[in-house]
Amino acid sequence: MLRPVDAAQALADLTEISSQVVQVAIVDGDGQLLATTIADEARAERFVEGVRKLLEEAESLGQSRALPDLAQLEAATLDGSIFVVRQGGRLIAVSTRSDPTVGLVFYDLKHCLRSLDEAPAAPAARTTRPRTRKKADAST
Amino acid sequence: MMLAAGSLAGSVLYRRRAARRLERVDLYAEDGSMASIADGSPDAERLLTLARELLAVAR
Repeated sequence: MLRPVDAAQALADLTEISSQVVQVAIVDGDGQLLATTIADEARAERFVEGVRKLLEEAESLGQSRALPDLAQLEAATLDGSIFVVRQGGRLIAVSTRSDPTVGLVFYDLKHCLRSLDEAPAAPAARTTRPRTRKKADAST
Repeated sequence: MMLAAGSLAGSVLYRRRAARRLERVDLYAEDGSMASIADGSPDAERLLTLARELLAVAR
């Protein structure tokens, strides 16, 4: 079971375990930026605004292809990829280097969002956290 | 000489084609269905342009 963490901690955990991630932003259901690795505030806002536009286009495209309820996406370019995952009213968007391990990145992003969504656990459950996952585990 | 030039040209073409295949947009729905939109279609190009802008901001 994951321990509940705040957005900044979840972001720190994500960048620690995922070497493929370059920049991250976590946004709540109202579009409010919860945490980001982008130090410059203006750039962070531009990143979030860009993610919003990307999602709008992707949703529109998904509906035109009978793909409702978009949950996640990857836009892969030669310079890197943008990943977006929506879960529990929040979304997480990251940029990666080119040719990332797609399944692993999605797994890490969902894990990050789940760590925010988990209900508060008993104090004993907060003392340990599984850290033994190998990079090859991209099954989810 | 011509053989070497032909091999070089073929290698360049192959690499370019392989690189273009990397550019795509994959959309995943809640129900697990997925659509992959390859570079070259207008739909993909709109999304890839936005993605490139995001990568530039995130750099």
